[in-house]
Amino acid sequence: MLGNEGVARGAYEAGVRVAAAYPGTPSTEIAETIAKYDEVYAEWAPNEKVALETAIGASIGGARALVCMKHVGLNVAADPLFTVAYTGVNGGLVVVTADDPGMHSSQNEQDSRYYAKAAHIPMLEPADSQEAKDFTRLAYRISEVYDTPVLIRMTTRVSHSQSIVTLEERQEVGRKAYHKNSSKYVMMPGMARQRHIFVEKREAELSKAAEQLSVNRMESKDPAIGIIASGIAYQYAAEALPDASIFKLGMVHPLPIKRIEEFASRVKKLYVVEELEPILEDEIKSRGISVIGKELFSRQGELSARIIKEKIARTTPRPSCLPEELPERPPALCPGCPHRGAYYVMKRLNLTVVGDIGCYTLGALPPLDSVDTSICMGASIGMALGMEKARGRDFARKLVAVIGDSTFIHSGITGLIDVVYNQGITTVVILDNSTTGMTGHQDHPATGKNIRGNPAPILNLYALVKAVGIPNVRVVDPFDIEQAEKILKEETEREEPSVIFFQRPCVLLSKKSGLPCFINHESCKSCGSCLRLGCPAILKKENRIGINQQLCSGCGLCQNVCRFHAIEGGSKE
Amino acid sequence: MKDTNILIVGVGGQGTLLASRILGRLAMNCGVDVKISEVHGMAQRGGSVVTHVRFGYHVSSPLVERGQADIILAFEKLEAYRWLPYLQENGILVVNDQEIDPMPVIMGISKYPEGLSQKLKFRCGQLAWIPGMKIAEQVGNLKVTNTALLGALARYLEASPETWQKAIEETVPPKTVEANRKAFSMGYAIQEETK
Repeated sequence: MLGNEGVARGAYEAGVRVAAAYPGTPSTEIAETIAKYDEVYAEWAPNEKVALETAIGASIGGARALVCMKHVGLNVAADPLFTVAYTGVNGGLVVVTADDPGMHSSQNEQDSRYYAKAAHIPMLEPADSQEAKDFTRLAYRISEVYDTPVLIRMTTRVSHSQSIVTLEERQEVGRKAYHKNSSKYVMMPGMARQRHIFVEKREAELSKAAEQLSVNRMESKDPAIGIIASGIAYQYAAEALPDASIFKLGMVHPLPIKRIEEFASRVKKLYVVEELEPILEDEIKSRGISVIGKELFSRQGELSARIIKEKIARTTPRPSCLPEELPERPPALCPGCPHRGAYYVMKRLNLTVVGDIGCYTLGALPPLDSVDTSICMGASIGMALGMEKARGRDFARKLVAVIGDSTFIHSGITGLIDVVYNQGITTVVILDNSTTGMTGHQDHPATGKNIRGNPAPILNLYALVKAVGIPNVRVVDPFDIEQAEKILKEETEREEPSVIFFQRPCVLLSKKSGLPCFINHESCKSCGSCLRLGCPAILKKENRIGINQQLCSGCGLCQNVCRFHAIEGGSKE
Repeated sequence: MKDTNILIVGVGGQGTLLASRILGRLAMNCGVDVKISEVHGMAQRGGSVVTHVRFGYHVSSPLVERGQADIILAFEKLEAYRWLPYLQENGILVVNDQEIDPMPVIMGISKYPEGLSQKLKFRCGQLAWIPGMKIAEQVGNLKVTNTALLGALARYLEASPETWQKAIEETVPPKTVEANRKAFSMGYAIQEETK
């Protein structure tokens, strides 16, 4: 099973009763998997902060609880995280964060291990799916014994690698009693000062416990080379240098310093092999142990067995042997994607587009080339207001914020309130494809379904936007290019804030596959206007435009942009 | 089965993930250790995708490194060429006879490389061209291209066709078992072009 499935299975076996998450690659499958167990209440929360708060509530309520997110999601949830570190738990509480070294599907490669240090919370890091399961079970024991939330750090290669796992039975742990305890759970200054003392004491105890934990283990082999590693870096090191002695850390915070000292004394040369930041290295060096780390390895991207071999065993790199440069194959919006129509129009109107996080970030790539910025979930609306305040209203009339439906619910609503309250005139485009697209089609509060696919109340986004105080709310089909252009023009020119819903479901969700379009070569002038849509199905070979019949979804957008009516077929409603 | 490194490459959305999961199931059923590293999220949207499959007595790293792949199973020709440096000398290349133009080619910025069949042939130990799409068309379900390709791949591994069929049955959605079994058999029956 996947590492993510291993975490879910471990939580299930540990008797978890409540699980909450917001989807985010590479963490999404944890919640999707745990939702399949009837014994566990599982939910998609609107964002990671709410997810963590739900889990904290469940924990204080006496149940074992799980919350999962990607690394940047932990930023959103950081506020409750730092204080639940003080209150501690009742039922065990485990927070899973999945880092993405190499940024396979993320906007940065921050290192979540800093959170463990900063919040004084223990952190476990599994190296494969079996450990993902076992460490999750262990995390619940640590959480309840030491009265602490426990972080589990996954990375893409552990989350999304499959390996063999031995399953065990679920252990029903029962719900602990709930007693009101304001000195533990109400963090006003007076109480929090007392809890801060507890936090320090707890960390000292955990440091002692780390020396005993069997997940921190010494693999003593040839003493010439010693390596300290955790997570996927351990696997790479074991692969690269099978004869080296390895100290494998299962707990990356706090560290078993005494055992590391002992290990250091047994080996001739000591290396720390870790992806991203030199967190283990700095900590170990600060205790006066000399190690080699980032002077050999980059803070950027992923490690591999090859890199470790080249750096430590000094093998010569194997040259790449392709004699020619190949065309790259960047990801693209799918054929039939509704976002394509939206960006086509925005580009035609020459708008500045303050973008957000989702599939629609792909609109930044050529030939659509329409997105000016993308920072984090929900940032578009506040940023558009900021640009308006910086550059004035004339600029704002050529400016839109673009955000998806799921992202809008996640953290766009407060930005919109800011626009209304502070009298901006920003136009906000909500690309409403009725799903959370990029992460693989998870439901959210406006889809009418919960995580299990059962019916749920539907959040009415139109009414919500109206209630926030947006005077002008419009709805348009992004494939109706003329109408979309007209509405965008009207609303951006207005001296009031507006919201336009570009509404059309994600093409990957539509059940029926459409009839493909094709070119009528008698009418086609090869003008190339359809090529500017950046549709993977439309291509030009030997000066002739053609449509790939296997890829075309028959959406008909290209028919709407062709002035010569040279595109036929399709399955327009 | 002996220690084997396989790279499955293609274009996001072609079904490489399911193919790797069938391989993983196969290895598990054969009682060997196995690791598969997959790609999810943004790269799945029509980008170049690669799945690493490693099995044998004990597998540490889930990644196949440059020059380490015993076999590359390519769902698309350009991707076969792109990942070729990962193939070990005299490695086996199984290629789906399909071209999908990447965006820079569609936009006319760069050209789809010419003469790929010759270039590929020149740089590997054994090459098999598989008309995966044609087989899938004959089966009547374009989505089974991946199992047709697995059929072709199966000729190079020790597991019996029956073991493969079982792994397919246990992995694909129940409704598509028959189509997938059929595609596999047709892929397996192809007499490949060898060097």
